[in-house]
Amino acid sequence: MSGNKKIKVLIAKPGLDGHDVGGKVVARALVEAGFEVIYTGLRKSPEEIALAARDNDVDVIGLSILSGSHIPLCSALKSQLEKYQLTNKVWVIGGNIPKEDHASLLELGIEGVFNTGAKLDEIVAFIREKTGE
Amino acid sequence: MNKQVKVDVRWNESGIEIKPLYTADDVAASRIDEPGISDGVGLPGEYPFTRGIHDLMYRKRPWTMRQYTGFGNAEDTNARFKYLIETGNTGLNVAFDLPTQCGLDSDDPMAAGEVGRVGMAIDTLKDMEIAFDGIDIENVTVSLTINGSAAIMIAMYLAVAEKRGFDLKNLRGTCQNDILKEYVGRGTWIYPVDASVRLVADTMEYCAREAPLYSPVSVCGYHIRESGATPVEEMAYGFCIARAYFDEVLKRGLDIDEFAYRMSFNFNIFGQLFEQICKFRAGRRLWAKIVRHEYSAKNPKSMWLRMIAGGGGSGLTIEQPENNIVRGAYYALISALSGAQTVALCCYDEAYTIPSEKAQRISTRTMQILIEEMGLTDTVDPLAGSHYVETLTNQMEAEMVRVMEEVDAEGGILKLISEGKIQARVSKRAHEHQKRLEDGSFRKVGVNCFETGQEDHAVEMHPYKREDADKQVARLQAVKTERDNDAVTAALASLRQAAEGSDNMMPAIMGAVKAYASVGEINAVLTDVFGKYNEPVMF
Repeated sequence: MSGNKKIKVLIAKPGLDGHDVGGKVVARALVEAGFEVIYTGLRKSPEEIALAARDNDVDVIGLSILSGSHIPLCSALKSQLEKYQLTNKVWVIGGNIPKEDHASLLELGIEGVFNTGAKLDEIVAFIREKTGE
Repeated sequence: MNKQVKVDVRWNESGIEIKPLYTADDVAASRIDEPGISDGVGLPGEYPFTRGIHDLMYRKRPWTMRQYTGFGNAEDTNARFKYLIETGNTGLNVAFDLPTQCGLDSDDPMAAGEVGRVGMAIDTLKDMEIAFDGIDIENVTVSLTINGSAAIMIAMYLAVAEKRGFDLKNLRGTCQNDILKEYVGRGTWIYPVDASVRLVADTMEYCAREAPLYSPVSVCGYHIRESGATPVEEMAYGFCIARAYFDEVLKRGLDIDEFAYRMSFNFNIFGQLFEQICKFRAGRRLWAKIVRHEYSAKNPKSMWLRMIAGGGGSGLTIEQPENNIVRGAYYALISALSGAQTVALCCYDEAYTIPSEKAQRISTRTMQILIEEMGLTDTVDPLAGSHYVETLTNQMEAEMVRVMEEVDAEGGILKLISEGKIQARVSKRAHEHQKRLEDGSFRKVGVNCFETGQEDHAVEMHPYKREDADKQVARLQAVKTERDNDAVTAALASLRQAAEGSDNMMPAIMGAVKAYASVGEINAVLTDVFGKYNEPVMF
């Protein structure tokens, strides 16, 4: 990707988890790093997230989940991304994600898993690399 | 002190400069005068309660140990409750799953994958009956950590007590029920701000009349702090929120002394030791002054800052998790030196999972060691009179007053929360903190200093059992078949009538839960009348 167009990132909170500190901190960090960020707010269904990604024509979908429901929520989102032909988006996730679940998430098509404790610079660098910025 | 040595400048997290030495001059210069209190501090058990709300404090009775727990369904949670009581817990602190917290039944499509995940699933009174089966709720006080659907959970809890023959006039216990802080952090809001505050006031008014020893609200600076606020802001915003509930109840014609004495608070304990202790001493004194001067309360109990000081989740780290056991011990020490009525400690594995029995036991033992071995219950407010502690207490109070005045000048806490302004302020602080953590200017052991390179440790994960969720849905369906559905329809119609008018909704909610209406059914009526909260989406 090149030119003046900013890379667009959707930060989404799927399911019922209300812990939004991490998602918002990452959103602020991405804006500081020069990305355009759209934040969904809390309690979005997988379909609402897919539609937000489509309607805003984002390059990256970032999920924040701290409730432990990441596998069912990501499986449901995968179906929605397929339904709306959005599987080409870079898909990353952050939150309380146990190591043993990383492989299953990567299998679903998630490219980056950022556990609690991940550094903002790491996340920014990863998204830059994946979007070829 | 050697004048040749240049000393670095340090601030605490609240932005107050910390000097290398304090003397009586600092205490005098920072003193906040209060009529009738010669030193501005007073004695324990006496206004303005700087040194504690009781005269003998822990010498008479140690703090209540109340670990936070709940997972799966009511049977699983009941078993863990009994384990905690066996290990010496003197109270219970109940965790509910997210569907329950958001007012959804376990068979709701939005509940998929979330049933019983972060707490216990409750759909109907049946579940609440099972959860407390065999537990002596007269002597083990129960705290319900729930907000959006708190009115329903209070009603269920009171209904269980009634069914078991307890006189509600003697029933003690607490519900979190602080919806305003949910908009700032934690996020389990359901209805718009006005309707939510009305519901909170309904529970306060109802309990004042029917269950006068029950605490229907525990205002949580705790989660505002977890979301990024400084310790001073935690207290100041918490007090602004408590005032908002008071103001709403006063509109109903109650006298301040009829309900203020049951107000409870929940504050956080992570951070620097002296800043935390002085935060609590200052907060206790400021709250007493507010209730006495602004609200003209006469009963000293109305002025008490009764609190659970606990948690410390944001202070714990996923790196080198065993270090969290040590942090937990210091946090418990902070609580003990601060005069908390109740203490709950986050467990060392809590950054990973629902705590194991072993981790819960270590947290309980941590508190028991302080009580039994360390002499922490012998003397009231042992740090009083320290030049540093008294100066910092004064300075923290002055800062809390300043932040509260700022909120009032900008239109008040209801307006600022409705517009998302407190949320934005707190989230900005969280981002600043993260940057300081990453550039190393805020030191965190195992995170940005003293790393071992192998920070991930094997923590035993709490298993999520899909069968529990299926069992929960089956029980909900069975209850719906067995109950008198005409009675449910009639109870829900009464609730709708109360909600559409201006009557207190609690009697109708009590009627609905006793007819075994589900959380989702009750919430559907209220959402239909009030609508849903429209979150100001910003970061």
